[in-house]
Amino acid sequence: MSQPVMVSGSLSVPVPIPAERWTYLNNVLQHPGPFTDPDYDASQVADNMANMKLLVIGAGGLGCEILKNLALSGFKDIHVIDMDTIDVSNLNRQFLFRHSDVGKSKAEVAAKFVEKRVKGVKITPHNCRIQDFDDDFYMQFQMVVCGLDSIEARRWINSTLVNLVDEENPESLKPLVDGGTEGFKGQSRVIFPTMTSCIECQLDMHAPRAAVPLCTLATIPRQPEHCIEWAHIIAWEQEKPFPKLDNDDPEHITWLYKKALGRAAEFNITGVTYSLTQGVVKNIIPAIASTNAIIAASCCNEAFKIATSTNPSLGPEENYMMYSGNDSIYTYTFKHEKKADCPVCGNLARDLEVDPNFTLDEFIQSLAVRPEAQLKRPSVRSEAKTLYMQSPESLRLKTAPNLEKKLGDLIVDGEEIGVSDPSLGSVDFKYKLKFSKTFITPTAEVVEGNGKAT
Amino acid sequence: MTEVITDPTPPILLHGPSDKEKKYDRQLRLWAASGQQALEDAHILLINPGSGTVGVETLKNLVLPGIGKFTIADENIVEQVDLGVNFFLDEECLGKPRSECCVKLLQELNPDVKGDWFPKHKDEEIEQLLDGTIKFTMILYTAPLSRSRFELIQNYGLKHTVPTIAVHSAGFYSYFRIYLPGNFPIVDTHPESTATTDLRLLSPWEELSRFAASLTENLEILSAHDHGHIPYVALLLHYLVQWKKSHGSLPSTYKEKTAFRSTVAAGARTDTPEGGEENFDEAVAAVLKTISSPSLPSAVREVFDYTPNEMESTSSFWIIADAIKQFYKEHNALPLPGSVPDMKAQSTVYVQLQNIYKAKARQDVAEVLDTVRSHPKGNDVDVAEVESFCKNAAFIKLIRGSESSDVFDADIKVLADREFESDANASLTLMPLSLFPIYLSLSATTFRPTSNLADIIGTIKHALPDASSRPRVVEAAEEVARANGGELHNISALTGGMVAQEVIKIITKQYIPIDNTCIFDGITSRTQVLRI
Repeated sequence: MSQPVMVSGSLSVPVPIPAERWTYLNNVLQHPGPFTDPDYDASQVADNMANMKLLVIGAGGLGCEILKNLALSGFKDIHVIDMDTIDVSNLNRQFLFRHSDVGKSKAEVAAKFVEKRVKGVKITPHNCRIQDFDDDFYMQFQMVVCGLDSIEARRWINSTLVNLVDEENPESLKPLVDGGTEGFKGQSRVIFPTMTSCIECQLDMHAPRAAVPLCTLATIPRQPEHCIEWAHIIAWEQEKPFPKLDNDDPEHITWLYKKALGRAAEFNITGVTYSLTQGVVKNIIPAIASTNAIIAASCCNEAFKIATSTNPSLGPEENYMMYSGNDSIYTYTFKHEKKADCPVCGNLARDLEVDPNFTLDEFIQSLAVRPEAQLKRPSVRSEAKTLYMQSPESLRLKTAPNLEKKLGDLIVDGEEIGVSDPSLGSVDFKYKLKFSKTFITPTAEVVEGNGKAT
Repeated sequence: MTEVITDPTPPILLHGPSDKEKKYDRQLRLWAASGQQALEDAHILLINPGSGTVGVETLKNLVLPGIGKFTIADENIVEQVDLGVNFFLDEECLGKPRSECCVKLLQELNPDVKGDWFPKHKDEEIEQLLDGTIKFTMILYTAPLSRSRFELIQNYGLKHTVPTIAVHSAGFYSYFRIYLPGNFPIVDTHPESTATTDLRLLSPWEELSRFAASLTENLEILSAHDHGHIPYVALLLHYLVQWKKSHGSLPSTYKEKTAFRSTVAAGARTDTPEGGEENFDEAVAAVLKTISSPSLPSAVREVFDYTPNEMESTSSFWIIADAIKQFYKEHNALPLPGSVPDMKAQSTVYVQLQNIYKAKARQDVAEVLDTVRSHPKGNDVDVAEVESFCKNAAFIKLIRGSESSDVFDADIKVLADREFESDANASLTLMPLSLFPIYLSLSATTFRPTSNLADIIGTIKHALPDASSRPRVVEAAEEVARANGGELHNISALTGGMVAQEVIKIITKQYIPIDNTCIFDGITSRTQVLRI
């Protein structure tokens, strides 16, 4: 074995790590078990792992655990992306951070800590958004492990990895391991892009919370949450106490809290607290160290099995594990089926029932709340023409008049439309619109002749 | 009747949260200040022989949320192999006591937590730590360990009524087993919010009926606005009255309920801009869920059927449980929880409806409290505890204690037969295969730091002669032998997360702990909970 060259007398030579340190890992790497693939080659596995480059997305509650676990699973080259800085409310679970780290980059502090603690692992931090990188960047990794709290980011990386797959090049298929938690519950899942059910196929399992109708907030509040949302959406806009709402500024939250209290008193509603105000405004999801530990370790266990073939992993068959610790411990491990009409990994356009009497604007709004779509800033094209573009501004202005038009005027029953949302990657979501009702043609619009093929 | 003061308006604090509330914000939303206080009052002992990681990973998940104090007892000296599996050790720890090194690196995670280690000197014996001078809240210990130490821990748990948890992680497998000394009743079980709706629509009390009738009088001539804002509770009560008039009884079968649902649906006006009414939609959706007579949940029946022993019977839980049992006998219903789900309605009407439910709930609490006070020890019972019990009455849970026993006791055969029989039918029932073989194989190495296949099979054969040749048992034994007593970090981190959740549930007396053993299979990514 070659010794590292000493460059200068002041630099100490890194002490080689004795093989003994990895005895426990080698127990399973060097000895196939009863469930190990018969073609398993113990002589190759160490080299394979040494040459493998992994990407971790997120250095928060799950990410801290994932970095620790991968380093102690024998991976040597890990990159981590996180655009966030450390907040004091992270310290109850993000164990690589200390009070003195508040305000610093999560990716940088986490990478440095694990590199220092576990000798021989290289962790490269990226303090930025995942969207800041192009396909070439993602192409360099053999696997991606996600510990994210945002559905958008998951959908973006999922569509990026699906698009990377080139049938001619087996290296282009990057397994995606994803974890998520809420309170005592969580899930981990393994995706082989284009081969197995992807994040988009599973989107309806994570339906967004139903929004409270604006008229309830404005006229008939009943719950403390309604009063808080009123302060957040209506009172703030009217009074603009500060130039821009900052959810992390206690002064801003206190303003909303007081407003909500006043509103609640007016309607005899009890239960508005500072903590609830903060929870509603920031959409806070309860999070604890132990659940993160369970889900992150489950993800890393699957990543380890995929990388080493020491045992069968989730993915080809069962690909999803649900965990709940609220009432005893309950896990459900199952196969989520790939959807042929998945907008990201399927070929077929997905059927979507719409009321042709909806305006295009109403239709676009509804895409945000539909569990299987959840598209917040969609641009829409029909087979014949561009219906609405969010950007560039010139196109948006040009297409904006269509927003007021009825769907029935813009498309025919059964027509396919393409929807794209830049925050979710370059994928086109294909929908086949089926009219749920008869289109009541408003005479005025017929006179205008909006190109409806009749 | 005893006067009950409930719903005191909490003092309105206009200043923001304290530093502690900020740090613990994400967990206080789960177990509140009361749960946090219980954690901060706790002292956990980890007895940590073996390869030493699963216990330390458990502690990490308890130090972060702010457990009061922890102690690690471990005689091992840090070696190279520890640095490849344990994150709370570094190069500088080599050659030093593992207990002290882990405590120091764990304590860095949370300056509010105290950590201690054992032994401080070479000649200190674990018997001294467990002589009863220190009262631990709970003891965690990891296998493999010596039989004498296992017995020592079991005896301490029994003598001082302290819960103990055995944890064993090796290779891709793990299990942990909780020994609760005596019964463990839980009031604050945190049921899913969708499960807690209890509106008593089939047995409304007078105030509720009157209120509903006042809202639905002259339904046909109400303005569009008023018609569309009648809360669905009032709508359902109105249509139930109508139904009873025409059918002689309330809808009870599924067929009757769906017919009733159609009646409600037909009441909605369709000449609105939306072509329907939201409150009627809500009423229709609520029919099957809310139009049913309350049946006593089996977990509550179990509490009612249980006869507490002399010591238990003077505890507030059993005094209140007994009062609620009497309440149930008298009214054939549990006390009303009193909460009303959100529904389309005018603000004032909704608040009035809420108050009607709250008033009835308070009345029920007062009745239960009267019974409690008539108990010889009933004056010591806290009103708040009675209120919380009444509110959660349908969701209380009793976990039976598990007497400490040997690793393989006499009942193991019964359990083995049941699990193997269930596996034999698995292709028909589509149930996942039992993880019991994993428990058997790991347990067979409880007292052996390293084990080969023959040792494991031999130990199983000794306890269960028929089991040792079953292919699934042999496979599990091979997998355990493969690990040769070594932990895989991922499996220990995952197990440490599960054990920490259970410790938190037991200490805070919130949510429901396992009864009593959880087995994890890192190959198929499944868990199974068994009472062993």
